[in-house]
Amino acid sequence: MKLRLIEKSDLDLFVQNLINDYQVDGVKRKEGSFLYGSIKSPEELCLDFDCTVIPPKKYFLPPEETLFQFTSSPALQVTPVMESNPFILFGVHPYDIKAINQMDRIFARGVPDPHYLKRREAALIIGVDPTKVAPRSFWADMGAATVSEGFDLMLTDIGESFIVEIGSNKGRSLLEQHAKPRPATRNEARERVGIRSRISHICKKRGFAFPKREIPTLLEHSWKKFFWEEQASKCLSCGTCNLVCPTCYCFDVQDNIDLDLVHGERVRRWDGCLLHDFAKVATGENFRETRASRYRHRFYRKGLYLFRLLDDMACVGCGRCASACLPDIADPVNLFNKLREDEK
Amino acid sequence: MNQPMLEDSPYLPKWAEITRIEQLTESEKLFEMRLVSGEPLGHTSGQFVELSVMGIGEAPISISSAPTENDVFELAIRKVGNLTTAIHSSVTGDRVGIRGPFGTHFPVEEAKGKDLLFVAGGIGLIPLRSFIRFVLDHRDEYGEVMILFGARNPSERLFLHELEQWEKREDIIYLDSVDKSGPGWKGNVGVITTLFSKIHVDSSRTYCIVVGPPVMYRFVILEAKAKGIPDRQIFLSLERKMKCGIGKCGHCQINHLYVCQDGPVFRYTDIFDLEEAL
Repeated sequence: MKLRLIEKSDLDLFVQNLINDYQVDGVKRKEGSFLYGSIKSPEELCLDFDCTVIPPKKYFLPPEETLFQFTSSPALQVTPVMESNPFILFGVHPYDIKAINQMDRIFARGVPDPHYLKRREAALIIGVDPTKVAPRSFWADMGAATVSEGFDLMLTDIGESFIVEIGSNKGRSLLEQHAKPRPATRNEARERVGIRSRISHICKKRGFAFPKREIPTLLEHSWKKFFWEEQASKCLSCGTCNLVCPTCYCFDVQDNIDLDLVHGERVRRWDGCLLHDFAKVATGENFRETRASRYRHRFYRKGLYLFRLLDDMACVGCGRCASACLPDIADPVNLFNKLREDEK
Repeated sequence: MNQPMLEDSPYLPKWAEITRIEQLTESEKLFEMRLVSGEPLGHTSGQFVELSVMGIGEAPISISSAPTENDVFELAIRKVGNLTTAIHSSVTGDRVGIRGPFGTHFPVEEAKGKDLLFVAGGIGLIPLRSFIRFVLDHRDEYGEVMILFGARNPSERLFLHELEQWEKREDIIYLDSVDKSGPGWKGNVGVITTLFSKIHVDSSRTYCIVVGPPVMYRFVILEAKAKGIPDRQIFLSLERKMKCGIGKCGHCQINHLYVCQDGPVFRYTDIFDLEEAL
C-alpha cells in the first residue's frame, strides 16, 4: 500500500481547493457538539472531533427526500425526482464508513434502490482516523477501528502532517489535483500504525465482557426473558436511538400535498422501530404493541436479523444511541453485557 | 456498482383505471381495475399490490381476482384507514397508482393433483378468493376442494353471489359459519373451527390454505394438525404493514423475514417457531 503525506500547513489549501471545485460537507463545531454541515471555508472544518451527533447517513438517506412529484389534475402525471449532485464528505470516521458500507449492501441487494445508490455514487468520501474517543464509543470492540474500503481518501493525523491512504482512483486524482502530497516514508507509515493502535487501545476500555461473536447465539436464547420488560419499562418510545444510529435505515413513505390539492410529492422519511405505530396496520392491530417488544426488536435486528443478512452485526460501536438515550437504556455494551450476565 | 436508472425507481407506480365498483358489504367494496398501459398485472394468487391515491399515500392490498382473468384485476377493500377511505370515495374511470405485484404466492403448482382445504376468516376470503377462483377455473387439475368460511356476523359476509354458487356446486364442499347470528340467518353459528368436525379429509394429500385475522391462525392450525394434515402442507398468509414492497423499509419485518418479499404467503414449517409470526 502506497501512502502519501500532506503537511498540516498545506491542509487548508487542500480544503480550499476542494471548496473551489466541489460542494464540500464536513464536521463543524456547534455549541460543544459536532455536526456535519456545509463547509464554506477551511477553518470551519473540524478533524479532531470525537463523534458527531447525527451520522453521515443523512447524505445518502436524507431525513426526508422526494421520490417523485405529482399533479392530479387535469391529468395524473408524475415526475421522478433524483437529487444527486457530486459532493465531498470530508472527515468520516472508520466506524461510520463501515456503517455506510453496510447500507450500500442493503440498498443494492434484491431490488436496488436508485434513490440511495445515486446519492452514494455522487459522493467522494474522505475518511479520517479518530484522534479522540467519545465517552460511550466502543468501535474498537466492534472491529470498526479501521476499514479497508468505502473511502476515496483516508487521513491520519500524525502530528505535523497527515498520512493519506488512497482508496480509489477518484481519490487519487482528487489528491493529486488539489493538494501537494509526497510519498510517506517507512517511518511515517509506521507512525500511523502506532497512532491507530494507541487510539484503539483507549477505545477498548469500553466493550463486551465476552467475545462479540457470541452475541447472535446469545440473542437466540434470550427472547422470552423478563429482562426486556425490565429494561423497556424506562423506554420513552421516542425513537432517538433510531435517529442517531448509522445503521438504522427504516423509513416511511408518505404524500405531501400542496394547498391547491393538485400538486404534491411522495416522500420518504426516517422512521423508527421504537415508535409506537411502527408496526401498526390500519385495522388497529399493532404487531409490536408493547415497549418491550419494540425495544427487543431493535437489538435483535442489530445483533441477529441483519447479522444473518450481512454476516456482521449492524452495530459499529459509535455509541451515539448510548449518549442520546435519556433514560440510558440504549447502550449495546451495557445491554449485551447484562444479558450475558443474566445467562449465567 | 452499476449505475441505476431513475426510471427503474421501484417507488414509481403504474397507472390503473377503475373499471367497475361493487359494494360488497357496508364497509367493503370491490374495485375492478385495468392497467392503463394495457399490460396484464401478471400476478399469482396470494400476492399483493401497493395501491396509491396521489396526495393520500400508499397501502398494501391483496389481489382478489384469479390470474386467469388477466386483462383486469380486482381489489376488494375494507374502508378502514386513510388510503382505503379515499379509494372508497372514488368512482369508475378514476385513476390510481399500482406498484407490484409483490411477494410470495399460494402453492398453485405444488398443490396440483392434491386436495385443497381453504379456510377463510372474514376478509381473509379476499386473497383466498384469487386461488379459489383459479382452482375452479382449472377444476380437473386439483383433487377434492373444500372451502370453510367464517364471518363475525351475516352482514360481514362478502361475495354473496359467489358463496351461493360455491354452495350449489357438486364438485366442491362449501361450509360457512358466523360467530354471531343475525336477522334471517339460518346457517351455522360458531367460530370457524367448529366447521372442522363436519368435514373429512384425506390428510396426506390435503393442502390447507389459511387466511384470516391474526387471532385465528393458532386455532385453525390446531384443527388442521388434528386432522392429520402435515405441517409442510399448511400455508398461511400474514398481514403486516408492508410499505416499500422491496424488503428495505423495515415495517413488515418478522425476525429476519420481510413479509413483503419472503411472504405474505408462508409455509407453516418455515414460520412455526418464529417469534412474532403467529
